[in-house]
Amino acid sequence: MELSGAEILVQCLQDEGVDYVFGYPGGSVLHIYDALFQQDRVRHILVRHEQGAVHAADGYARATGRPGVALVTSGPGATNAVTGIATAYMDSIPLVVLTGQVPTPFIGSDAFQEVDAVGITRPCVKHNFLVKRVEDLAETLKKAFYIATTGRPGPVVVDVPKDVTDPNIKIPYLYPKKVEMRSYNPVTKGHPGQIKRAVDLLLQAKRPVIYSGGGVVIGEGSESLRELVRETGFPITSTLMGLGAFPGQDRQFLGMLGMHGTYEANMAMHETDVLLAVGARFDDRVTGKIAHFCPNAKIIHIDIDPASISKNVKVDVPIVGPVRQVLQDMVKVIQERKKEIDRPAIEQWWQQIEKWRGIDCLHYEQSDEVIKPQFAVQTLYKVTGGNIYLTSDVGQHQMFAAQFFPFDKPRRWINSGGLGTMGFGLPAAVGVKMAFPDEDVAVVTGEASIQMCIQELATCKQHDLPLKIILLNNGYMGMVRQWQEFFYDGRYSHSYVDSLPDFVKLAESFGHVGMQVTKPGDLESACREAFAMKDRLVFLDVIVDPSENVYPMIEAGKGHHEMYLSPHLSSERELA
Amino acid sequence: MRHIISILIENESGALSRVAGLFSARGYNIESLTVAPTQDETLSRMTLVTRGSEAIIEQITKQLNKLVDVVKLVDLFEVPHLERELMLIKVRAEKDDREEIKRLADIFRASIIDVTDSSYIIEMTGSGNKLDNFISVLKPEQILELVRTGPCGIARGDKGLVL
Ligand SMILES: Cc1cc2nc3c(=O)[nH]c(=O)nc-3n(C[C@H](O)[C@H](O)[C@H](O)COP(=O)(O)OP(=O)(O)OC[C@H]3O[C@@H](n4cnc5c(N)ncnc54)[C@H](O)[C@@H]3O)c2cc1C
Ligand SMILES: Cc1ncc(C[n+]2csc(CCOP(=O)(O)OP(=O)(O)O)c2C)c(N)n1
Ligand SMILES: [Mg+2]
Repeated sequence: MELSGAEILVQCLQDEGVDYVFGYPGGSVLHIYDALFQQDRVRHILVRHEQGAVHAADGYARATGRPGVALVTSGPGATNAVTGIATAYMDSIPLVVLTGQVPTPFIGSDAFQEVDAVGITRPCVKHNFLVKRVEDLAETLKKAFYIATTGRPGPVVVDVPKDVTDPNIKIPYLYPKKVEMRSYNPVTKGHPGQIKRAVDLLLQAKRPVIYSGGGVVIGEGSESLRELVRETGFPITSTLMGLGAFPGQDRQFLGMLGMHGTYEANMAMHETDVLLAVGARFDDRVTGKIAHFCPNAKIIHIDIDPASISKNVKVDVPIVGPVRQVLQDMVKVIQERKKEIDRPAIEQWWQQIEKWRGIDCLHYEQSDEVIKPQFAVQTLYKVTGGNIYLTSDVGQHQMFAAQFFPFDKPRRWINSGGLGTMGFGLPAAVGVKMAFPDEDVAVVTGEASIQMCIQELATCKQHDLPLKIILLNNGYMGMVRQWQEFFYDGRYSHSYVDSLPDFVKLAESFGHVGMQVTKPGDLESACREAFAMKDRLVFLDVIVDPSENVYPMIEAGKGHHEMYLSPHLSSERELA
Repeated sequence: MRHIISILIENESGALSRVAGLFSARGYNIESLTVAPTQDETLSRMTLVTRGSEAIIEQITKQLNKLVDVVKLVDLFEVPHLERELMLIKVRAEKDDREEIKRLADIFRASIIDVTDSSYIIEMTGSGNKLDNFISVLKPEQILELVRTGPCGIARGDKGLVL
């Protein structure tokens, strides 16, 4: 079969099993768009901004576990994509991003819409390629998918000059069945000796904690993790990125840890003697001040990326390997040696944890006048039974969702943790809904975040994506306002979101349904009405208390035991 | 602590910038970096000299290994090894100085590879220390130009960096 570069590119996507490409056309990718036009196996979803294309591909990847694919033109297309690429990179999400490039003879001449895409994206990709000859195209794409999806996943950029896709130059096409790269060999199995050492340590523990992260979601380790937790009877906490890998309502789950984690999770971290970190990367939002981090603990760390291990916190038993296999092996050993667990000590540990839990650190003062953002999230949970995919933007609403929406399955909670990209939520939901058209997909967002990629409402209209957008409208960049209240004596410098649009009319102007709710008593019915409209996108503008803060909170650079609690709880804390 | 890291990396355009970019992005320091293709022209070999605490060096080697183009690396600091660096130095050589400089070059087993009425170019290889010492016996005002490659290194005996 003889194909042009453009046809090869599209054929590779087909052979790779790609069903959706999220993209935006332009001069240097026109040959590719022409090839896309002449087939119907790969569906192209036209977004309204290249950042949206990459976030949509990212949302698709997070929800399915399969690589997301985006296609953008050279120059501004590529630079617009960078925020999306960096977002995926920070959260280890497999993407293949195809960027157009000026024809090879023009590279380096400051040609029209030329940027050094490989150079610009280098620090925020797992790897990138510039394809200089059409003969290299198929193999490069195969490598791109292979690298993006294996080991610690991440985005791979393939920069394709226009002449490489020339429709008049046809060459024989063969998609490689597999690739081998002498320079890239991800670990496929954890070391049995290390696994045994880890189990030895776990069985001796008197105050163990399992600290689970996004790697368990990414690496499909949820089942094995549940087994491990059940077999041991140990308490488990999760990072923002790991939520859902373990059921949020299970008694053994302590809630999220870290800056806005629960009192019981953070106190348990502070007191633990053996910490098992699984697919988590000791981010500074989680550890707080390193010197105060788990001061009395021996630490076991399972991670597929050797560079994650002992990066921020020195660990005692490193296990480099895929979570799923390592956890399975651990469970096997533990099942045989279960008797060795110090049950009385664990029982005592639970009693201590229950005391911390008794403080009810997430408690908030309910009101009949004004909608509390926490109540809005709880209502969303109640109305949906938790059985939705929920994407989020960045800010207080993101934290309230993490705290008040107990996810019980992995891949259901889709948010930007590492980069914290405002604007992520709506386009990510586009990708999720494409992947799961029959599932309910909701976006929880803020009035500041939603405006960063609001144009994707048109994408939703064009492709009939009946998302439910829950805007927790507090009139502020709430997360910024909160820091200014705590650390800048209430000088609210530029965090008031002035000149807001009328979101109801705005949604309607895009052809969707807009609704506003202001009274707590009306919220549940509005929410039900929204979810009952199966084939319409509903934009629910929920006017919430502008002064609410996210508690608990650990100030940056403080230890886990130095949490701020909600003001009306601080006195109760002494009682514990 | 000074470490000298030898790296085999795919000989592809951009490979060097990946390594250099890694160091600037993560705030590691590079004292010197040399690179050239090996007998297998698909591979380049780099020698990189850096400094840092044990934890930092561990991260540096892990991060380098994580680069998709890096095939293999070794921290030569951990094994018996040899280091050599090349220096070319142009010195003012007039009147009485000519004899004196020639004598010094002989002592250091350096060779004079270019001669004009008023200057020499001296070529010298050796450890970084040896080159430093040679520079220090010259008078600063005699040195017109100086260029050094930075060290390249190789492990002794059985140990080494091969595929
Ligand atoms: C406003 C805001 C507030 C935040 N507050 C908090 C907070 O209070 N608490 C909190 O936890 N986070 C918080 N975050 C998120 C935080 O910034 C980090 O993104 C998050 O803590 C990282 O989660 P993680 O450690 O699970 O790592 P991830 O980024 O999910 O990394 C996954 C790890 O797993 C490894 N891995 C991947 N695949 C596998 C596999 N197959 N096998 C083994 N290992 C694998 C990777 O190498 C990596 O080390 C906040 C973010 C924002 C924007
Ligand atoms: C692109 C981007 N710019 C700036 C920030 C910094 N930032 C973090 S949260 C936040 C405020 C978000 O406000 P809003 O969307 O209204 O959410 P709220 O906190 O009010 O719930 C800002 C500006 C960011 N995370 N991303
Ligand atoms: Mg807001």
